[in-house]
Amino acid sequence: MSTSEASGTGTRGSRILGALVLIGGAVLLVVVGFVLPADEVQRDAARLLPLHVATAWLAYVAFFGTAIASIFYLIPRTRSLAWDRIAGASAEIGVLFLSLLIAVGMIWGNLTWGVFWRWDPRLTTTALLLLLFIGYLALRNVDGASERRARRSAILGVISFLFVPIVHKSVEWWGSLHQAPSVAKLDGDIELDDSMLFSLFLSLVVFSLLYVWLMLHRVRLARLEAMHDARGLDSAIAARTAEAVR
Amino acid sequence: MQPVIHLRDAVALHGRFPALAGVTADVHDGEIVLVRGPNGAGKTSLLRVCAGLLPVVRGEASVLGFDLTKDAVAVRAQVGLLGHANGLYSDLTVRDNVAFWAACVGASANEVVAVLDELGLSGRLADTVVDKLSTGQRRRTALASLLVRRPRLWLLDEPHAGLDAVGRDLVDAALRRAAEAGATVLFASHELDRAEPLAHRVLELDGGVVR
Amino acid sequence: MKALLRVARLIAAKDLRIERRSRVAITQIVGFAVLVLFLFAFAFDPTRGVLARATPGLFWIAVLLSLLLVVGRNFAAETADGALDGLRMAGLEPGGIFLGKFIALLVELLALVVVLLAGVVVFYDTEIPAAGAVLLVTSAFLACTGLAAAGTVYGALSAGVRVRETLLPLLLLPVVAPVLIGATRAFEAALGTPSDDRRAVASVAEGWPWVALLGVFAVMFVAGGLLSFGTLLED
Repeated sequence: MSTSEASGTGTRGSRILGALVLIGGAVLLVVVGFVLPADEVQRDAARLLPLHVATAWLAYVAFFGTAIASIFYLIPRTRSLAWDRIAGASAEIGVLFLSLLIAVGMIWGNLTWGVFWRWDPRLTTTALLLLLFIGYLALRNVDGASERRARRSAILGVISFLFVPIVHKSVEWWGSLHQAPSVAKLDGDIELDDSMLFSLFLSLVVFSLLYVWLMLHRVRLARLEAMHDARGLDSAIAARTAEAVR
Repeated sequence: MQPVIHLRDAVALHGRFPALAGVTADVHDGEIVLVRGPNGAGKTSLLRVCAGLLPVVRGEASVLGFDLTKDAVAVRAQVGLLGHANGLYSDLTVRDNVAFWAACVGASANEVVAVLDELGLSGRLADTVVDKLSTGQRRRTALASLLVRRPRLWLLDEPHAGLDAVGRDLVDAALRRAAEAGATVLFASHELDRAEPLAHRVLELDGGVVR
Repeated sequence: MKALLRVARLIAAKDLRIERRSRVAITQIVGFAVLVLFLFAFAFDPTRGVLARATPGLFWIAVLLSLLLVVGRNFAAETADGALDGLRMAGLEPGGIFLGKFIALLVELLALVVVLLAGVVVFYDTEIPAAGAVLLVTSAFLACTGLAAAGTVYGALSAGVRVRETLLPLLLLPVVAPVLIGATRAFEAALGTPSDDRRAVASVAEGWPWVALLGVFAVMFVAGGLLSFGTLLED
C-alpha cells in the first residue's frame, strides 16, 4: 500500500483498521461498563481488569517490537533505517501505554484500597520499565535522525529488553519479602467467568489492532520525514557548493 | 600506480549537512599536499573522511586501497590523524601518552625515545604532565603520538597551530623526513606562508568541493 | 583471545594510571561516598536504630551514586581531548577496550566498597559476623562486577553526548536496580540486619539466591559489553 503523500499518512487500509478499532473500542466499553456484572469483592473496580490487562499486553508488545526492530537494524544484512523508525515508533507507543497502565493501576488502587501507589512487584516493575523506555527516548532525542542515533538506540533497545526478565524477577523476589499475606493480589480474587473472559479476549484484540493502527501512522510519518530529508540532500548540496566564498 | 587517496564526487554528511558536497581529488604516494580554504570549507571533514571516521554516502572514495564506502573502519589502523583536538590524556605525562599510543600499535620503547627526541620533547619535558604544558608543547606531543605509529598516510589538521618558531621547524622537519621515507601527507593549514613551501601541491577547498 | 587480553591490559593500565596520577577517584569520589553516609545520618535520626536497620540499602545507594561519578570520569578522560578518536584509529579490538575499561572500573569500585565498609563499621556501628563474611565478600564482588560492566556500557553509550551528565543517571540507574535489590538483600543476610520489626532476622543462607541473581546480571552485562562495544565506540 503506498502512501499518498499529499493527504497524509492515511490509506484505505489504515482507515478500515481505524474504523474497526473504534467500533471494537465502543463495544468493549459497553461490555465492560454494562454487560459485565459487578464483581462481588471488588465491585466496579473489576471492570477495569480487561483494560488493565490489555494495556499491559500492549506495553509489552511495544517493548518487544522495539527490541526486535533494533535487532534487525543491528544485523548487517537487514540493516535499514526503516527498522530504526519502527523501533522508535514502537517505543513511543509503549511509553504511552505504560503511562496509561500506571495511571489505571493507580485509579484501581485508589478505588479498592484507598491508596494511589502500592509497592507491589507488578506496579513497580511497570514503573521501572517505563523509566527504561523514557531513557531510550531521551537518547533518541539527543541526535537527529541519523545512522549514529539508530545504532546507539538499537543497542540500548536490545539491552533494555534483555533486562526485562532480570528486572522482573528481582522485583518479584523483593516484593515477596514484604508482602503481608493478608493483602490480596491486585487481581487475585476476581472471578473469571465467561463474560469476564470474553471482555479480556475482546480487549486484547481491540488493543492489538490499536497498536497496529498507531504503528502504521507513526512509522509512515517517520518515513515521510526521512524522505523529505533525503530529497533535501540534493538541494543541500547545491546550497553548500554555492556557499563558496570566492 | 594506484593513488594513495582517490576521491570522485564524494559526499559526506554531518547529520544532514553535506560537509563534503562532491569532492574529486587524487593524492599520490610520497606527495605532501596542502588543503587550503576558508573556514567551513570542509577541510576537517575531508581529513576525517580519509581517516575512515566520517562515512562517504555518495561517490567513490578509496584510501590505501581500502574502499571507504564499504569498509571505512579497516583503513584506520593504516593512517595517522592529527585532529583539532590533541587526543591526549591530560593527567598523564608526555612520555606516558606517547608510550600508550605506541603500545597500541606494538611500537618499541626505543621508538618512543626516538620520536620524543625528534620533536624536542625529551629531557625534563618528557616527564611533565600534559596538563601543565603549553599549547605548542601539547601539539607536538600529539604529533609525536602520530609519528610513533609510522603510518603510511599522515592526515594533519592545522599542524602548526599554537607552535612557536622552534616548534614549527621541528614539525616541518619531521614532515619532510616522513615524506622522504615514503609516507604521504595531506594537511590543512591556515598558515600559508609556512605551509606552501612545504607542500608539493595545493588543493583548494571551498563550499565542500575542490575548486 | 590473547590479543583481547593484551588490549585490555593496556587500556586498564592506562585508566588506572590516570586515576593514580590525578587522585580524583581516591580523594574526591571516596570523599563523596563517605559524605553520602553522613547525609543519611543527618536525614535519619541515628539514635533510633533506623540507620542500623537500613545500613545495607544505604550502603549500596552510596555505591550507586558514586558509580555515576566514577563512570563519568572514566569516559570524560576519553572525550575531553578527543582521545576517543585516537582509540578508534588505533585499530584495537573493541572487546579489549571494553574489558580494559571494565577492569579499571571494577578495581575502583572494589576500592570504594572497602572504604565504605570501613565507613559503615565506624559510623553506623555495623558488626560483620564471621558467619556472613564469605557471603558479604562474594556478593560485594559480584555486585561490583555487574555495576562495572553496566557502567562501561552505558558510559560509552552516553559519551560525547551533550547532555551526558543527566543522561547517564537516567539510563544507568533503572538498569542497575536489580543489583541494588540483590546486593542489599545479600548484605542483610550477611550482616544479620533486622530489616523489619515483624520479620525475623534473615539467615546467611537466604542471601545466596541473591548472589545468583547478581552473578547472572554480571555475566549478561559483561557478555553484552563484549559484543556491543564495537558498535558503541563509533561516532
